[in-house]
Amino acid sequence: MEWEIVIGIETHVQLSTESKIFSGASTDFGAMPNAHACEVDLALPGVLPVLNKDAVEKAIRFGVATQATINQRSIFARKNYFYPDLPKGYQISQMEIPVVEGGTIKFHVAESEKTVNLTRAHLEEDAGKSLHEDFIDMSGIDLNRAGTPLLEIVSEPEMRSSDEAVEYAKTLHSLVRWIGICDGNMQEGNFRCDANVSVRRKGDKTLGTRREIKNLNSFKFLQQAIEYEARWQIEQIEDGLAIVQATVLFDPDSGETRLMRTKEDAHDYRYFPDPDLLPLVIDDDWLKTTRASLPELPKSKARRYQDDLELSGPDVASLVSSLEAATYFEATLNHFDVSGIKPAAKSIANWMNGELTASLNRSQKDFSQCPISPETLSVLIKRVLDNTLSTKLARLVFEELWSGDSTVDDIILKKGFKQMSDSGEIESFVSQVIEQHPQQVADFKAGKEKALNSLVGQVMKLTKGKANPTQVNEILKSKLS
Amino acid sequence: MSLSKQDVKKAADLARIEVTDQEAGDALGPLEKVFVLIEEMQQLDTENVEPMAHAQDISTRLRDDIVTEKDQRETLQASAPAVEKGLFLVPKVID
Repeated sequence: MEWEIVIGIETHVQLSTESKIFSGASTDFGAMPNAHACEVDLALPGVLPVLNKDAVEKAIRFGVATQATINQRSIFARKNYFYPDLPKGYQISQMEIPVVEGGTIKFHVAESEKTVNLTRAHLEEDAGKSLHEDFIDMSGIDLNRAGTPLLEIVSEPEMRSSDEAVEYAKTLHSLVRWIGICDGNMQEGNFRCDANVSVRRKGDKTLGTRREIKNLNSFKFLQQAIEYEARWQIEQIEDGLAIVQATVLFDPDSGETRLMRTKEDAHDYRYFPDPDLLPLVIDDDWLKTTRASLPELPKSKARRYQDDLELSGPDVASLVSSLEAATYFEATLNHFDVSGIKPAAKSIANWMNGELTASLNRSQKDFSQCPISPETLSVLIKRVLDNTLSTKLARLVFEELWSGDSTVDDIILKKGFKQMSDSGEIESFVSQVIEQHPQQVADFKAGKEKALNSLVGQVMKLTKGKANPTQVNEILKSKLS
Repeated sequence: MSLSKQDVKKAADLARIEVTDQEAGDALGPLEKVFVLIEEMQQLDTENVEPMAHAQDISTRLRDDIVTEKDQRETLQASAPAVEKGLFLVPKVID
């Protein structure tokens, strides 16, 4: 029996505002408990919510970036339930008319492009945190997070594997950071996914009964949880059991999902329009200025890099993985003439995806904090392209650049890194090596091509890496033929 | 529509209001009147009337994204029944 997995994802994206969505309290992470919980967040009598303009702006940015419909008139609703970390007894959210409707997310899975339609994205406030461990018979409540602005992004159930779900989530994560609406720090809960999973027999038109896996805060957990859940559902059905609609939690330690509540005890939220808030109106001018302020999107950059610069798919994918990387790439590329732009682009991509990324990861920095400026990288690459430096020497220069504030040319001068290009000089080293390694010479003459590599290596060693390997190769071959 | 005692108890439960059998029965009469009123309103022709989200036909005011609130934890927690290490303490809840 062939089974098909059907997945829809709801993502809570924390909008990177300074203050909360309905109050002037700070959204800073890691403050002392309740230091950022003001009267509005605590729901003291008589307080009223006032909407944060920047939270709305960020929702508009998302709508524009996903080609969605921005509802120029949307409504806030109360979602009623009781829990101690929700002091009002309701969460302010949007129900009937959300600020953003529709839109698409496009990504690649195994070389083929996939488009996932979005249902909606609405503004809401986050709840506080309950701490159950530290107190006997009591729970501690920290309301610093209460009232933090969230954009809940809901996808259609259009993903068919855990790989697609993860790629969707990664693309969404990269997009919200790219357009500057979310810091994307998953450890701090800036980006949390709920996955709705159901299974059906391949070819079936109706959807199976779904179970919702709550609060997945890493791509790895998202993948593991969906795989476990789908397997579990298939086994149930094959054993003749029915799936009951439910909410489940994923336990990373056991790798299993476990029941949280079934439909029978699902919350009855009794949504109704919040009388404390008037409709949110977004006028044409606001839409226009926001549209104009968006950076060029990753997809469009990727197309340019591929078509104009002829970079490979994997190269392009990592260059557009963050706005910081793409900005660094373009800033470096700006230092090259149009005539030599393609080899320069390839070279920059190699450095960025190799040494630079490795070094940045080691020091936990991103490209906007890179100690080597785009201009400096461009000089280093030019010295390789004009044969002043071998690739190997360039790496040594790179290390010097990383740890100091010297310039490329100073380092080359100071360390005597300049590549040997005088063929006479190289020839004398080559002769020396031929003399000292008769066995390899004999091997090569007997047809063993590999012996030549060993000889080239010996010359490189003797010249402390300063000879141009291509040149050494040619000279060796001509001397031995 | 007619309301049952069970409906009253369900509504009370959702709102976390404790009602006895007697109170639920007593509430039936007044609540029925509300439903009669709703039925009366539903007879109006609203075919071409745009639904309103609020009684006032104006839009919401927006505030700039500026932190205006200082840490007033001590003052704000003064009236809390139980506080420890800056946390509000409540009877244990595990969902």
